[in-house]
Amino acid sequence: MKEGHNQIQTSKFGMVIDLDKCTGCGACMVACMSENNVPFREDESDKLLSITWMRVYQISNGKPYPDNEICYLPRPCMHCEGHAGHSPCVSVCPATATDYDSASGIVSQIYTRCFGCRYCMGACPYHARYFNWWDPVWPKGMEQYLSPNVSPRMRGIVEKCSFCFHRYQLARDKAYYEGRRTIKEEEYQSACTQACPAGAITFGDLLNPGHKVHQMVLPDLNHHGRPRNPHAFRLLERLGTNPKVYYLSGREWVRRAGDNYVQGEKQAEHH
Amino acid sequence: MDSALIPKGVKRCPTWQFLLWIGIVGAVLLWGVYAMLLCWIKGLNQTNMNDYYGFALWIWADLAVIALGGGAFFTGFLRYVVGKDELKNIINYAVLIGFICYSSALLILAIDVGQPLRSWYIFWHANVHSMLTEVAFCLSCYFGVLCIEYIPLVLENRQLDRVPFFHRLGHNMHEIMAIFAATGAFLSFFHQGSLGGVAGVMFGRPFAFREHLLVWPYTFFLFTWSAAACGPCFTLLITHITEAITGKRLVKDNVKDLLGKISGWMLGTYIIAKIIDTWYWAAVTAPSKGFTLMEFYSDNAFYGIWILVTEIVICGVLPAVILMIGPLRRNRPLFLSAIILACIGVCLNRWVMVLQIMAAPVMPFDNWALYLPSWQEVATTILPVAYGIILIMISYRYMPVFPQEQELNPVVE
Repeated sequence: MKEGHNQIQTSKFGMVIDLDKCTGCGACMVACMSENNVPFREDESDKLLSITWMRVYQISNGKPYPDNEICYLPRPCMHCEGHAGHSPCVSVCPATATDYDSASGIVSQIYTRCFGCRYCMGACPYHARYFNWWDPVWPKGMEQYLSPNVSPRMRGIVEKCSFCFHRYQLARDKAYYEGRRTIKEEEYQSACTQACPAGAITFGDLLNPGHKVHQMVLPDLNHHGRPRNPHAFRLLERLGTNPKVYYLSGREWVRRAGDNYVQGEKQAEHH
Repeated sequence: MDSALIPKGVKRCPTWQFLLWIGIVGAVLLWGVYAMLLCWIKGLNQTNMNDYYGFALWIWADLAVIALGGGAFFTGFLRYVVGKDELKNIINYAVLIGFICYSSALLILAIDVGQPLRSWYIFWHANVHSMLTEVAFCLSCYFGVLCIEYIPLVLENRQLDRVPFFHRLGHNMHEIMAIFAATGAFLSFFHQGSLGGVAGVMFGRPFAFREHLLVWPYTFFLFTWSAAACGPCFTLLITHITEAITGKRLVKDNVKDLLGKISGWMLGTYIIAKIIDTWYWAAVTAPSKGFTLMEFYSDNAFYGIWILVTEIVICGVLPAVILMIGPLRRNRPLFLSAIILACIGVCLNRWVMVLQIMAAPVMPFDNWALYLPSWQEVATTILPVAYGIILIMISYRYMPVFPQEQELNPVVE
């Protein structure tokens, strides 16, 4: 964040998730765990203790049958920008172990610097940050399947979705070797995006008008990237976290479920 | 057996009795040490914390002991900077209690972090935007100040005082104590405040977030104010408990009355500020984030509205009124009730500002999360209490902690 203030914004990677397409299959979660060497336990039923960088929530309109409707909401790290890079977690980390990269818009987590105070977890309203309560233990032979591009994390530190940052690094390396200064849209895609069988997740540079994510949400850069697409919304927009994950839905109740409202208050007032 | 170490002119219990109690409290301490080692060796999976409760019993204990230990800096400020000379008769004990509280807080923090060996990163890779960085710097510096304030008392031990170097060192340290008291007050203002800021800056948590004055949220000022108000109450409470256990009067009533009166006025003004803060938060800040006050208090009985009423009215307004009004304050049972309520109030405030923040959901489709600490968490929280009791026992037995003890309890040979 300290360096970020002086850097020129080149990209702002973000994600658009079409909730009307999501079937809740969980392929994004599996792909994420596999890609990022996310540790797991024998019993993963306690979701307050298991690590799921990408977690799919089930939400409901709360109406009885036959008017009941449900929706699946995948929740990665929102890579909040906050105000000028002061995202909720970055601004509180006492050891600068999490940082906002103004060049990519990605909130990083420096595993070797985190000392496990968990202040960032308390500050994140999305519960996107996870603590390694145990040492990672892989079933015999599974070490062979670990990704060599992502370092496994040790006990006692916090981890979270990195927007598959290692893929960004690989794409940049490739571009460099090929004498390019920029990477193509298809060269950097997160694992969850590629795994989604319904094509509900789209990933790219929100600042680049040529990228699909930009065209889908039409971010208003004069208002902290608020979507101009009336069907797009961000989780907890009102808090000022300025996230880079957008959701799409044609259903009004789904869009309303993305934020808190005092009774009788209209959603439009805040969009 | 140890009579040569006991201050002259005072009476202490027999050595066997002293050792017996040290042994009993020591057993509790060892239980805590065992739990502490389990946490260090096996990791924080020994606790019942989880990804919703990243901050839990330990952080509450930290905040609570630091608030209760605030008696040291505020009494020191009143004695050395404001010039309330009567308080010299209780300042030693305030410093000792502060020393115990702050060393306990540091110990709990060392258990609480996931990678204790990396704790120094907070200084090396300091993030100037983080309230916790400010806490770490000021807390460490202030603990150093407390050590400096405690050392002269240790050097007053009869045998140590015989050594000319220690005698002169102790004397000279007393001479410049006003500088350390002022430094301690300055540092405490910032670390007590930044502990409040820890919660107040969390703009992703509407239950915690407060509006700011410059870079500091209102909780910054409320935490400092409440520690200055309730810290001396804790000093008075422990003094009363010590008097009850020893069966002696150790501090004259006028000293207690003065400290109680100042605490009362601090508490009274604090609680007015707290009420204004709560009203503004409930009427403006929380609704701007889409929340009503009762949403924070009506999901379950544990975090019901009773907690707010208890904190502000029963443990705030009530003790403030008792301590501010002379005749009420001079009524011993009422005085004792008031200082107990004030201590409970500040602990409850810290509980709410740690645990309830974690419990209250922010995402509309999320649920309240409740938490019960594991025995390892409880044992490691009791550990500093046992350590504190032992340090008080040793200090009281071998050092002239209470300057008025001899006068109030003449020894008949």
